[in-house]
Amino acid sequence: MKIHEYQGKELFRKFGLVTPRGFACFSVDEAVEAAKKLGGSVWVVKAQIHAGGRGKGGGVKVAKSLSEVKQHAEKILGMQLVTHQTGPGGQKVRRLLVEEGADIKKELYIGMVVDRVTQRACLMASSEGGMDIEEVAAKTPEKIHKVFIDPTIGLTDADAEDVSSKIGIPGSALKESKALLKAFYRCFDETDASLAEINPLILTGQDQVIALDAKLNVDDNALFRHPEIVAMRDLDEEDPLEIEASKYDLSYISLDGNIGCMVNGAGLAMATMDTIKLFGGEPANFLDVGGGATAEKVTAAFKIMLSNPKVKCILVNIFGGIMKCDTIAAGVVTAARETKLSVPLVVRMKGTNEDLGKKILADSGLPIISAGNMGEAGQKAVAAVKAAAQGAKS
Amino acid sequence: MSILINKNTKVVTQGITGKTGQFHTQTSRAYANGKNCYVAGVNPKKAGESFEGIPIFKDVSEAKKQTGVNVSVIYVPPPFAAAAIWEAVEADLDLAICITEGIPVRDMVHLRERMKKEQRRTLVLGPNCPGVITPDEIKIGIMPGHIHLKGRVGVVSRSGTLTYEAVGQLTELGIGQSTAVGIGGDPVNGLKHIDILKMFNDDPDTDAVIMIGEIGGSDEETAAQWVKANMKKPVVGFIAGVTAPPGKRMGHAGAIISGGKGTAQEKLAVMESCGIRVTKNPAEMGALLKSALK
Repeated sequence: MKIHEYQGKELFRKFGLVTPRGFACFSVDEAVEAAKKLGGSVWVVKAQIHAGGRGKGGGVKVAKSLSEVKQHAEKILGMQLVTHQTGPGGQKVRRLLVEEGADIKKELYIGMVVDRVTQRACLMASSEGGMDIEEVAAKTPEKIHKVFIDPTIGLTDADAEDVSSKIGIPGSALKESKALLKAFYRCFDETDASLAEINPLILTGQDQVIALDAKLNVDDNALFRHPEIVAMRDLDEEDPLEIEASKYDLSYISLDGNIGCMVNGAGLAMATMDTIKLFGGEPANFLDVGGGATAEKVTAAFKIMLSNPKVKCILVNIFGGIMKCDTIAAGVVTAARETKLSVPLVVRMKGTNEDLGKKILADSGLPIISAGNMGEAGQKAVAAVKAAAQGAKS
Repeated sequence: MSILINKNTKVVTQGITGKTGQFHTQTSRAYANGKNCYVAGVNPKKAGESFEGIPIFKDVSEAKKQTGVNVSVIYVPPPFAAAAIWEAVEADLDLAICITEGIPVRDMVHLRERMKKEQRRTLVLGPNCPGVITPDEIKIGIMPGHIHLKGRVGVVSRSGTLTYEAVGQLTELGIGQSTAVGIGGDPVNGLKHIDILKMFNDDPDTDAVIMIGEIGGSDEETAAQWVKANMKKPVVGFIAGVTAPPGKRMGHAGAIISGGKGTAQEKLAVMESCGIRVTKNPAEMGALLKSALK
């Protein structure tokens, strides 16, 4: 699960990391109020959306007067902010963070992920903050310093000190930097984060070390023990179809193509998408119905796929193990009738009760295109989309 | 022979009093030699009771003492699953197979570190995996037994239904399997592709291997490098997720392309350069393996 920068900073502060003072705002008036409360003479107005690259897209502005705060807030609130992570349509800005300005002497980077090879949390730190860190990693990998953290001990003083010096923290700020890095790890570990990033982490003119940004993604599997983080979920930032799918325990992701696919199992679902692509088509979605699909779940899956207007064909690929093909077939027939299915439907079924399932499909009288294997299913779906397109032209 | 498990394996089910654990214990016991293999269950609150004749013990150590079990299968719900694996590790079993999906990654990080620190010898398969089967001998997990055929091809995969797909294709071509192993789709897990490939390489009853991977991480690349240097048997492969966009988690917790790393193209290229024949068409995994057998 992703959260906003201001929410990430709230969590950071709980663990003792230093951040600029600031307030989340939902209107222009609130933004001006926030600036007044903060006092001082420089403020930063920051768009709060889940995607990165906000600064480049015009979502982060420095204000030197209250009227500038107002101007920036008016401009940013409600804008469609386009960044390299939002896609061409951008993301609508509904929340702002108004913060006190900071006296930046140096911009640094720290991040943390779970490393699969060592099976430990990995702290990544660099003197090259404020930039695209993936580019730094690609061009100058020697500028990224890594520490693999033993979870039974946590980040040690020695490692924290070593990394701090490597990224250019002066001796006068070493104590603060060590404390911040250790708190950063504790926050990562105790919130079950899957990714944490501070870009930039800054050194101020007074040699303070401050988290100017906050990115925190939390492991979905661990949300059951973090109700305070679940409460931070912002549904406006999520794909409505993905939200709808999650209600039925379906794993759904929107893609750009026009062939909707419904598959059981994540690996088989990806392989089915790949097959469509292999034969010249484009999948409209990833959809894993999981192990225990019922007629209700299949109907919900069909409705979700069909609510995407780009879908010109549906491909169902089921390998029945625990899940029986006849159950799925009955679900598909019900779903096709209930949704008054008007696009071609290609079905490939294999495994437990395969023959019973095929009979149900055949007896339904629905114009279902049946396929013997998943390669054939991909080919037939692509052909059906092409035929429909030609039919529309003539 | 086979790898990991055979007809003489003695299994304890952790989570035998739950619906999932009961269902799969029943179907696994009905498969091949299952009747003699499934000898114990565990639930601290129901020790002394039994499930369809299988005695229930207070913990894995007690089950081992009383029945001689050497392998555990775990269907315990996610919040308690890592602790269940640790219980099997503490009882010093040969293998703990964790079927449970949705375990917090942090629980696995802490568990794996503890195992390393204490130099525990128990192998862990999974979590979030379908289990392992040696056809006509024993099935431990949630895979459909009837699609398998006894034979001499090893199968290893991160994904459940894609494993069934590969097995189904082999069986249809009349090619049997020595053992089929699902290592699971989580980023922090136990046995990896490389570990299973080493076992297949040493198994006199395995002639060739199908290795199925997916996007995310670099386990397939590591395994491929090992194959190039050490493997004496043909390996063919498939990687799912050529069409997956970066940053989107494709169902499995581990299936995500992050920072431009772990793409299917990258994995396929490394595998090919290491002498592993790959296909981009998952419907042809079986046929590809067949062509490699000559």
